[in-house]
Amino acid sequence: MNQFFTVDVLTVTVASGIALATPFLLAALGEVIGQRSGVINLGVDGIMLLAAFATYYTALRTGNLLLAVLAGAATGTVMGVVTALVSVTLKAEQGISGIGVYLFGLGFSALLFQKLVGTPLPIATLPPVGIPLLEGIPVIGGMFFRQSLLVYLAFLLVPVVSFVLNRTTYGLKIRAVGENPAAADSLGVSVARIRWSTLIIGSTFSGLAGASLLMYGGIFQVNLTQAEGFIAVALVYFGAWRPVGVMGGALLYGLVGVVILTWKSLGIIPLNASDLAATAPAVITVLALLFLARRFRQPAALGRPYEREG
Amino acid sequence: MSEREADRLMGVTVADRRADVGRFLLSWFAIPSALVVALLLGAVMMLVLGANPVTGYVALLKGAFGGSYALSSTAIQAVPLLLVGVGICIAFRANVFNIGGEGQIAMGGLAGAATALALPDLPSIVLIPLVLLAGAAGGAIWGGIPGIFKAKYNVNEILSTIMLNLVAVQVMNFLLAGPMVDQSPDSVGGLIPETKLLSPNSQLPILVPGTQLHLGVPIAVLVAVCVYILLWRTSFGFQIRSVGLSRSASAYAGMPVKRTITMAMTLSGAMCGIAGAILVFGSISHRMVTDGSLTGFTGSAGFNGIVVALFGGLNPLWTIFSAFFFGGLIVGGSALQVATGVPSDLVTALSGIVVVLVVSLEYLRRRARARTITLAGPRAARPPRPPHSNSLPTADGRGDE
Repeated sequence: MNQFFTVDVLTVTVASGIALATPFLLAALGEVIGQRSGVINLGVDGIMLLAAFATYYTALRTGNLLLAVLAGAATGTVMGVVTALVSVTLKAEQGISGIGVYLFGLGFSALLFQKLVGTPLPIATLPPVGIPLLEGIPVIGGMFFRQSLLVYLAFLLVPVVSFVLNRTTYGLKIRAVGENPAAADSLGVSVARIRWSTLIIGSTFSGLAGASLLMYGGIFQVNLTQAEGFIAVALVYFGAWRPVGVMGGALLYGLVGVVILTWKSLGIIPLNASDLAATAPAVITVLALLFLARRFRQPAALGRPYEREG
Repeated sequence: MSEREADRLMGVTVADRRADVGRFLLSWFAIPSALVVALLLGAVMMLVLGANPVTGYVALLKGAFGGSYALSSTAIQAVPLLLVGVGICIAFRANVFNIGGEGQIAMGGLAGAATALALPDLPSIVLIPLVLLAGAAGGAIWGGIPGIFKAKYNVNEILSTIMLNLVAVQVMNFLLAGPMVDQSPDSVGGLIPETKLLSPNSQLPILVPGTQLHLGVPIAVLVAVCVYILLWRTSFGFQIRSVGLSRSASAYAGMPVKRTITMAMTLSGAMCGIAGAILVFGSISHRMVTDGSLTGFTGSAGFNGIVVALFGGLNPLWTIFSAFFFGGLIVGGSALQVATGVPSDLVTALSGIVVVLVVSLEYLRRRARARTITLAGPRAARPPRPPHSNSLPTADGRGDE
């Protein structure tokens, strides 16, 4: 036990917990934007897989990490167009079409990886960037202010998304379309256009999530995400559709994940019990769904394609 | 009076006729055309990756359906897909989305394996039904939990089932690497998460010597037929479909909506649980074994079953053919990989495209139908489609959310 509570181990644990939380946070923030406009995107995991591969392959071929991250984000954007076409224009049942997107992403990323790469080589990952002055603070500096740029970006997006949703006209339109699309429509807001935009932005976030997941480990493998995209969707419910709540959930997942890994390697918990411990976040999420479902209301039009009456 | 005159008298115009043709094409060819489009996209992918799509698809078909061994492998592969698919039919018909097949399969397999480990000496005639029932019970519990959550607390079942998948896989990894691990002297020292060799009395007998065709195949088909009868020939099945089409109307008609939702999820889980038990007791290794990954035991059958059910139009009888077909795609996928060097993951990607296309075309089908009904003048008196129509439940039916 004592080994775990040294300052060094604690610093490293928190720092990598934050890094591990980043993909969850980015994907869940994107999902918040989409769900506030009334669309469930269940294909997040598939989009993350495709984006992670695009990031990996670009980095492997060009060695340019900025280009690699942009490739991941662009993959998300393209998949956002597909998702919007299917969920908004073709009004498909969102719970099922998302599973289709997931299966496509799972299969296609594995296909490309095995065909184009074959033997996996690690890539250089985004270097940690210290924030001047702040990184010098003992303990806290090492935990929070020596991260990669993608991590800072993810956490900066929390207040940004919050501000856009709650304080701008565009955010008002998003919320109106998610709560009462017929009323929004009658006021001249294009429901389809708003939902297209939120899905494209949200999926671009998922693309960034895939990129950041890849940057965490520096290597791609088949089914790299291990259902992280689905967890990100659940975190939206966990965080009650608020960016700050979602951030809390993502941090919980990241920290619990890292703590279990650390405990396992330090022998604090026996190896096979770690499987059982790893169920903790999922169990917590189910319980949260159970208890929060009554306290927070989801966007009223969530999951329903909008059709004009008459 | 000729048909044309009759039409004129009834105010049916050429345009309506065309709409009728469109409706007919959409309702009967939507699902097959989704497949054709997916296969064409697959051909494009193969071309881009430098493989010959004709060689690829011929190899796939031969690997899946060429000869008795290939056919029996396909049938074996189809069994879990069919059972999960049939379970999905029940849940989706009640308009609850069971995405928890993966976890329910794992729990069914564990319950079956634990039963066989506990009672190895029972004769086959008792032990085989017992392990299958145990599997059904394991899956039923794992499907019933999100069912109750959904019915009583309105917890989104898509999310709860996905989360329970993750829990089930970790529990399975824990049990197979810990309490249930193979501890016999000739084992590899508990390095592989697997049970010991299960009692021979629990093994599903091979029906055709020289192939892998085991008792699980006729059982799965029989279950599918029973579920068809349940859904379309019993009042409980009517309740399920009615609740699926409109919760508020069903409640108004005095149906126990909450209980129906819970039961649909429980039954759906039971089907997946049987699939898990058959995966264990029909396996060549005759152990329950995984590899630590999310799909190590299930082989993604919990997700592929959704594809199969949608491709079968959520009708258990069509799902039999659909499962056999997708089983063939999976078996043939390895032949395709050998012949062209294109990884068999192509099949997973194509399944995803099929799902997206089927649910996308569903809207066009509905719209074509609505247009004929509103435009066809006097024929608007045509009664609305009864619950056995071949359409998927829609979000409109989810009255309580």
